[in-house]
Amino acid sequence: MNKIRLFLSLLVFFLPLTGKAALTIEIVGGAAQQIPIAIVPFAQQGQIAGQQDTIANIIGADLRRSGLFRVLETRGVANQPHELSEVNYADWSAIQTQALTIGNIETLPGNRLKVSFRLLDVYKQNQLAGMEYNITPAQLRMTAHRIADVIYQKLTGEQGVFATRISYVTKVNGRYSLQVADADGYNPQTVVSSVEPIISPVWSPDGTRLAYVSFEKKKPIVYVQSLVSGQRTVLANFKGNNSAPSWSPDGKRLAIVLTYAANSQIYSINADGTGLQQLTHTSAIDTEPVWSPDGRYIYFTSDRGGNPQIYRMSTSGNDASRVTFEGSYVVSPRISPDGKSLAYIRRDDGKFRVALQDVASGQVQILSDSARDESPSFAPNGRMIIYATRINGKGALAAVSADGKVKQRLSETGGDVREPAWGPVVSQ
Amino acid sequence: MNKRLLMSVLLAAMLAACSSKAVKETPQASVEDKSPATSQTTSSNDSSTSGVSDSSLASNPLKDPNNILSKRNVYFDYDSDAVKSEYRPLIEAHAKYLASHSDAKVFLQGNTDDRGTREYNLSLGQRRAVSVKKVLNVLGVQDAQIETVSFGKEKANSTCADDSCFKQDRRVDILYQGE
Repeated sequence: MNKIRLFLSLLVFFLPLTGKAALTIEIVGGAAQQIPIAIVPFAQQGQIAGQQDTIANIIGADLRRSGLFRVLETRGVANQPHELSEVNYADWSAIQTQALTIGNIETLPGNRLKVSFRLLDVYKQNQLAGMEYNITPAQLRMTAHRIADVIYQKLTGEQGVFATRISYVTKVNGRYSLQVADADGYNPQTVVSSVEPIISPVWSPDGTRLAYVSFEKKKPIVYVQSLVSGQRTVLANFKGNNSAPSWSPDGKRLAIVLTYAANSQIYSINADGTGLQQLTHTSAIDTEPVWSPDGRYIYFTSDRGGNPQIYRMSTSGNDASRVTFEGSYVVSPRISPDGKSLAYIRRDDGKFRVALQDVASGQVQILSDSARDESPSFAPNGRMIIYATRINGKGALAAVSADGKVKQRLSETGGDVREPAWGPVVSQ
Repeated sequence: MNKRLLMSVLLAAMLAACSSKAVKETPQASVEDKSPATSQTTSSNDSSTSGVSDSSLASNPLKDPNNILSKRNVYFDYDSDAVKSEYRPLIEAHAKYLASHSDAKVFLQGNTDDRGTREYNLSLGQRRAVSVKKVLNVLGVQDAQIETVSFGKEKANSTCADDSCFKQDRRVDILYQGE
């Protein structure tokens, strides 16, 4: 069992699809109070190789998608500043914006770019942020997301998550592909693909690896794959089923579910496949473990009480206690990054919907209004929850803010999309 | 005939005992490394390479459409893992075959309909596979000849609108190794 590590690099390929977004994101609701912001198109000398969209458009789309910003039209303003000295604040208070973003892109020798931007407070007439990025042309989109993160953080006080990635599984013409894309759906890359199902992808805390379940050997087996090298190892291939991986906050261990010859039970295992330890010892179904962010607890689904509910136990498998009490089918727990909220899927009147429970008070809010929701996943700042749903009979992704006010739909042009997982914020 | 009747009664009694009782099964030294068989794979899409030649197809009772052994599906009610009595003759036939072919191995593949979430349905499909396994165990088949796995709802029809469609997916498939 120590020899489980397998390197199947040939299985793995990264196929950058053409720059277009495969996922289209549509906003179907926004916050009542939106921050007005003007983003002046950045000055740049000519077209940059590979550029498909302007940096101002990318920043604007990010902020708009969050539901917290109203991005104002700037074309009507005659004076379009790119440097601080060119800003006439009166022009911008006239269109009633609260914030103004200006910037420029300079071409440097050696095929590099210098992107600089400033975020200005139009009321106070001062600078809130100013940054410079020395990048390659290929990093332009991601740099726009980083700028959007700075703006978001300065104006809302919360961490921005535009420069993050999401993973999901597509099913097109009977073929399953585990894909990773930017949080706005651009730059989708295939991590692995198979004619057999792929489910339950989860990001390692450092964002360099995905654990997932593949049925390519006609049974569920858990793999861990590096997104850097593409190398993949078998994490768990024991008799019976191997499924439901979840990383510990330090990335050293995973909770998994094994069956051997009986019902699903929860185990933990080192990320290299060694050190297997059984955590639950029941005859019931115990599955879908998730580690709490402080590393002290594992939340999981169990039908030990007669129907599936969420429970919590210590990471050594002791002191299990029930957490959910409403509904007869409560599954797929996900704990928010601050550990204070628990998202899950609850069935009411035959409808499976995303619910959010305050851990301290036990208060529950149903966040979605659809009927076939699955696989919730928190954004790393805890503000949005992405989940799988069904739109017009097709698998699609949707996202909802933790307060239920902002809603987005993400659809795949080609086929079905399911099993979303939002990656962590990684330092550049 | 009498023997079969007795077996059925015995089986029913055992099943009744099993159904509500907590069956605790510890993995018996089964933390096995099954990776060598998979390590040589070079592509994830060559899943059609099951290298068994069926030269003896005509005489193979498992493939003979007139033999009960060719029947491989056990269907379940909604939200249920109880093996219905109508499937006992089928399971008994497979138990006999396994008893007389000690080198044969079966995979019991559990499935659910499309409703509910993926991982939980994986566990429910497993529960159904375990139900069939327990019947085989009662009939004398050893665990070494059985592997229970689940596809959950992954193979289910996602366009079902009523139970005549959903019920097709609530089943355990019996597959022999090499098939």
